[in-house]
Amino acid sequence: MGATNHVTFEFPAIAQNVEFARVAVACFASQIDSFTVEEIDDIKLIVSEAVSNVVLHGYDNPGGPVRIRASIDGEVLTVTVEDSGRGIADVEQARRPAFTTSPDRMGMGFTIMEALSDTLDVWSRPGAGVRVTMTKAPRMAGSEEHGPRS
Amino acid sequence: MRTETRAIGNVLVVRLSGELDLGTAPEFRGRVEEELDARPDVTCMFLVLRDVTFIDSSGLGVILGRYKRLRARGGSLVAVSPSPQVRKVFELSGLATIIPVCETEDEAWARASGV
Repeated sequence: MGATNHVTFEFPAIAQNVEFARVAVACFASQIDSFTVEEIDDIKLIVSEAVSNVVLHGYDNPGGPVRIRASIDGEVLTVTVEDSGRGIADVEQARRPAFTTSPDRMGMGFTIMEALSDTLDVWSRPGAGVRVTMTKAPRMAGSEEHGPRS
Repeated sequence: MRTETRAIGNVLVVRLSGELDLGTAPEFRGRVEEELDARPDVTCMFLVLRDVTFIDSSGLGVILGRYKRLRARGGSLVAVSPSPQVRKVFELSGLATIIPVCETEDEAWARASGV
């Protein structure tokens, strides 16, 4: 069994903070030594998608709070990205591929998050915000293409 | 993020480096839109992605938007030498089935000239 650890941080939902959020979580996740570089990249991408969703859709006025909690329990990373904004009326519809309300977007955020995490849970209630929780553990041995980080 | 553009005939070569996400996508979009506005003769864009270290669906969206604009003027957009992270996101999102990917610029030129 590995150690347990956690971090919690909060910041305004603005585009400039998306990079900060993914790098901060990736840095924390790298405490699990057996994550490969590719898996750390996957974690960055999941966090980037979740935080971008909050920036784009979370609040009527920009800059509402995004809270991230990341924890390590043994070899399992759990990341929760949460806002207290307007919420999603139909979570199932939002998770469907290519669901987008904008012409310059792909609507693939949830699809990407689902593909790269081990589990992904989305909770929402209109007016109460959105909470996305994902878990990921190293694939470890058997990965011939990408060895662990040195 | 850095965007370099160079027009060669009716081809606009765009070299991107750094991270393309919600924070940097507007700068990239602005730069490319400026070039496309100024050069109505451009019908093909080579988007060189070798030095892009991170992309997410906001970055893909802005690429898809330029692809649509070029298609609307009867042209095309080709992604050139994507880094492994970029390639993975292209494939996961399905963008790789819409936008052609070339391994090298030579391959993109050969494709553009119909060789």
